[in-house]
Amino acid sequence: MATEILMPALSPTMTEGTLARWLKKEGDTVSAGDVLAEIETDKATMEVETVDEGVLGRILIQDGTQGVAVNTPIAILVEQGEAVPDSLPPHKAPTPSAPAQEAVPPAPVKAAVTQAAQTQPPKSTRIVASPLAKRIAAQKNIDLATVKGTGPHGRIVRADVESAAKAGASTLSQLPTATLPVAEGTVQTVPHSGMRKVIARRLSESKSTIPHFYVSVDVELDALLALRSQINATSPAEGPESFKLSVNDMLIKAAAVALKRVPAVNAAFTEDAMILYDDVDISIAVSIPDGLITPIVKQANKKGLKQISQEAKDLVKRARAGKLKPEEFQGGTFSISNMGMYGVKEFSAIINPPQAGILAIAAGRKQPVVKGNEIAIATVMTVTLSVDHRVVDGAAAAEWLSAFRSVVEAPLSLVI
Amino acid sequence: MSQTDFDILVIGGGPGGYVAALRAAQLGLSVAVVEAQHLGGICLNWGCIPTKALLRASEINHLLHDLEPYGFKAENVSFDFAKVVARSRAVSKQLASGVAHLLKKAKVPVFNGYGKLAGLTADKKRKVSVTAKEGATTTLTAQHVILATGARARTLPGLEPDGNLIWSYREALVPETLPKRLLVIGSGAIGTEFASFYRNMGSEVTLVEVAPRVLPVEDEDISALAKKSFEKQGIKVLTSAKIGSLQKAGQTVTVPVEVAGKQQNITVDTVISAVGIVGNTENLGLENTKVVVERTHIVTDALCRTGEPGVYAIGDLAGAPWLAHKASHEAVMCVEAIAGKKVHPLDPTKIPGCTYCRPQVASVGLTESKARDAGYKVRVGKFPLVANGKALAMGETDGLIKTVFDEVTGELLGAHMIGAEVTEMIQGYVIARNGELTEAELAETVFPHPTISESMHEAVLAAYDGALHF
Repeated sequence: MATEILMPALSPTMTEGTLARWLKKEGDTVSAGDVLAEIETDKATMEVETVDEGVLGRILIQDGTQGVAVNTPIAILVEQGEAVPDSLPPHKAPTPSAPAQEAVPPAPVKAAVTQAAQTQPPKSTRIVASPLAKRIAAQKNIDLATVKGTGPHGRIVRADVESAAKAGASTLSQLPTATLPVAEGTVQTVPHSGMRKVIARRLSESKSTIPHFYVSVDVELDALLALRSQINATSPAEGPESFKLSVNDMLIKAAAVALKRVPAVNAAFTEDAMILYDDVDISIAVSIPDGLITPIVKQANKKGLKQISQEAKDLVKRARAGKLKPEEFQGGTFSISNMGMYGVKEFSAIINPPQAGILAIAAGRKQPVVKGNEIAIATVMTVTLSVDHRVVDGAAAAEWLSAFRSVVEAPLSLVI
Repeated sequence: MSQTDFDILVIGGGPGGYVAALRAAQLGLSVAVVEAQHLGGICLNWGCIPTKALLRASEINHLLHDLEPYGFKAENVSFDFAKVVARSRAVSKQLASGVAHLLKKAKVPVFNGYGKLAGLTADKKRKVSVTAKEGATTTLTAQHVILATGARARTLPGLEPDGNLIWSYREALVPETLPKRLLVIGSGAIGTEFASFYRNMGSEVTLVEVAPRVLPVEDEDISALAKKSFEKQGIKVLTSAKIGSLQKAGQTVTVPVEVAGKQQNITVDTVISAVGIVGNTENLGLENTKVVVERTHIVTDALCRTGEPGVYAIGDLAGAPWLAHKASHEAVMCVEAIAGKKVHPLDPTKIPGCTYCRPQVASVGLTESKARDAGYKVRVGKFPLVANGKALAMGETDGLIKTVFDEVTGELLGAHMIGAEVTEMIQGYVIARNGELTEAELAETVFPHPTISESMHEAVLAAYDGALHF
């Protein structure tokens, strides 16, 4: 019996993704656990595995197709020797945003697989539109799924797309490049990646809906740097047991300890209630070639520095390779963004919703400080906490920063 | 007592009217046709069909006089002109009886007489009075009345057909003798078809056009090639020409023609006036209705409704383009709308036009200059038939296929053809235009070899990456 392979939801919030590439061809024999294709979501590239065995009968969505809605059939799996039907009756109501022009047209299916189809005629998610309508829709960035067809049998024709454009129909995305007048020859137009769209949407939403406020403090790093050297000196030179803590690893731990001390910041705002988290899951902002991603060091409060360091290294490496699993970057209770390596003096970060806070870490720099009545040299970094005022008030934010500074300046609490 | 009350009454039994009746009957509506003269209308009796029969004969005559390139020789080739005309009439008669048969089969009564609107009944039905030739008047009633009375030749002062020296298309279709010298005024479809017929039968023909080019509604490239081809065949073509007062003298008529300020007198045996048509809006009982007549045509909306509820107008009566297939299409659309079906208004740029002069001309959509005037950035493709194998084999190399695409969307804005049998091929582009295909689908289409239609493919390619065979 032929079965459809559907576009998987790789996370609870995923509605569509890009079918990056097929790793199997039509006619390939597959068995459970084989990787069929790679799906690119807003944040990562994921592998689609088959749970059944059989033959990959037909690929319905081709490599590189963007905006494939979750649950859209992407391929048909058949049994060895079975004829391949052109399509199967859908399991679910068509997803409105399905880019169905990519799907195959419904056609008479072979008798062997039409039992279900005969009682209920196949309803395809295919959008019937003239080639001209499709092209104009693409040019005007109009989602054909939202256009009502007035042609024969509801076919979408040019006039429908044009009146939809006039009525301001939902466009696939409101890209400023589509409307900005551009001087010829002086600009380059780069289409948005899925990630870029998500960054744009989430950060605009954050900055425009969350009442941010910012609190900064200078923190002396010398004690932490000294402790780091001592600990790193205990590492074997090489081998699986070797390790090398970074300043960032220690600051993750310091933030976790501070969040345990001032739990009001380890929180999230919802319309009805304030959510206070028990676990401290720290999202670390990692820049990657086409954007940024925030893999999570989970339960950082319960983990030792060595484990945090190893986990963070692994997460960053896989983040840059686009190989994170959704649960590894979705969630988190607090974020850290560290731009120390770029030597920045100070900066403030945008909150990663629904979290209530993000700590922006600038570079540690040697500078004169007053100790008692003496001037001394210390390594000082400025950290800035951005908080959601709906959840965290000024006093709590200041209290948290104070706790963080104490932990960093007296870092033994990181190792106990 | 025969039935006198119907769902729909159609006044006029031409390609608009009888098709409306057939479609109404198909949809289960009760319908009748009122026809004053002959079923099939002008198209079957005095237009499209009999002219094609004449043109076929003239084409044979042309071939018989051009046998040498094919290796043939014939001497003393002659024809019986009366028989040529008789054959044309027989073809019309056969088709008209076919229409009568179709209506009978569909159980559509035909009332012979002159139909006109005659007010409303007490229960708000439309009354139509039918006056038979003998003068007897019957009154019929219906919920809906479709006016399909067509059009007739336009007459200019001084150019009124006299049945002798000055002809309209009517007289030109049933000549008793072949005029030795003929002047055709107007180079639209009707004018050029008669010019071709008479020239190919052996008349000396002068074609006079007031516009700067022949076939003025066609694309300029097509007009230019048509003129060149007509002149090659020996037709004298005068464009931007003004006609003065005709002087009849015995069995000849002298026509003063002014071209570029230069006056010349052309003396001929016969003048054919083909200067357009006017709608048959008279005596339809339109007074006291909200039906609006503008420039001899009834004003309708996109679904053929007039200003008067329950009264519709289709075909030539409802305005340009004056084409039988436009009338038939409107007929079906109008009836379906009455029957409550969902219909699509007719887009004039999707209606093909065909002219059966030699070489034939066919087109759909916008000409290059009209597309540019409308603000389109266009891509134009041209392919001459001299580069087509089949055309060469046929010895019919005079011709050109031209496509006009919207550079932005790839829409086929227009297609223009001149050459042998192009009237049979234009439908390919019409389907493409109606189905909203772009250059991509047309380029990917496999055209059969060897055919003249391959040139249609090449003309698409020529607008983009370039034709392969030119």
